[in-house]
Amino acid sequence: MSDAMPLHEVPLYEVFIRSKRGLDHRHVGSLHAEDSAQALEYARDVYTRRGEGVSIWVVKSSDIVASQEGDSASFYDPQDDKPYRHATFYKVPDEVSNL
Amino acid sequence: MSPQAADIRAFSIALGDDALVLGQRLAEWVSNAPSLEEELALANVALDHIGRARMFYGHAAEIAADGSDEDSIAFGRDTRTYTNLLINELPRGDFAFTIVRQFLVDAFNVPFLTTLAASSEPGLAAIGEKAVKESAYHLRRSRDWMLRLGDGTAESHDRAQRAAEELWGYTRELFEPFGAEARLTAARVITDRAALEDAWRREVGATFVEATLQVPQSTWSIRGGRDGVHTEHLGYLLAEMQFMQRAYPGQRW
Repeated sequence: MSDAMPLHEVPLYEVFIRSKRGLDHRHVGSLHAEDSAQALEYARDVYTRRGEGVSIWVVKSSDIVASQEGDSASFYDPQDDKPYRHATFYKVPDEVSNL
Repeated sequence: MSPQAADIRAFSIALGDDALVLGQRLAEWVSNAPSLEEELALANVALDHIGRARMFYGHAAEIAADGSDEDSIAFGRDTRTYTNLLINELPRGDFAFTIVRQFLVDAFNVPFLTTLAASSEPGLAAIGEKAVKESAYHLRRSRDWMLRLGDGTAESHDRAQRAAEELWGYTRELFEPFGAEARLTAARVITDRAALEDAWRREVGATFVEATLQVPQSTWSIRGGRDGVHTEHLGYLLAEMQFMQRAYPGQRW
């Protein structure tokens, strides 16, 4: 078994499921699989047993680039003093009924 | 019960036995599977088979209208009245054995259930139609594993090849209709399972080639399941499965 992958080295995949047409895919969890085809099969068995989905995405966890907790100050704080970036900053005139 | 109704009942019970016994063998992997993901997948396939057994037994009980139900049929019979094909009752063995057996059976079940869905008997046709979708998925899974094991490591290849050699003589029985089934075939209620053999050999052969496995050349074969003549293994399986109903007859939860 020297050329077999030990179980702890089997890649981790993140699973995203779209529950209904028109909705976005949502992250539901993760699983281990040898490759993306197997990850898709396992995702069906692990996460859609009760008919939760119409579409599944799987992506290698290692392919996800994530922001760092420590970066949050420089990433997000500057936006707090720019309230005009939010729609709620603006008063809707009474005459506008359907916005 | 007319003679034909009795045949449909016997045929339903035989197909139910096939599904229940294989489902029980698959369920033995729960808490023993190579990974959590594979365990859930095996359990899903097991539950599909057990659900299928319930449908066949329910249909048989409805035809008999003798007060029997799916539970009494599953838990109230001993080995000599179980009529499953022998291939389903063999011990689960290693993972390769479980997969090769499943592939050989799935590759038969998909065309067989397709013909069952076209049966002139509405109850059988309805079960066939529901079950064939499940088996199509089972086949996709077991075929995928055949390629992974056969064309995987030297060890997985050897284990898959060994399993194929051990199982081969049990596949003959897949294509042999028993008495009640032969009469239903003659009456055109169902179609002949023997007619499925050539396509099965092609499908299995193609997958073996792709998986770098040899199609076994052995010519021995064994039969008896439909006559209630079983391997030594079925008694133990039933003893474990039926324990609760034997100890506390009629118990419900």
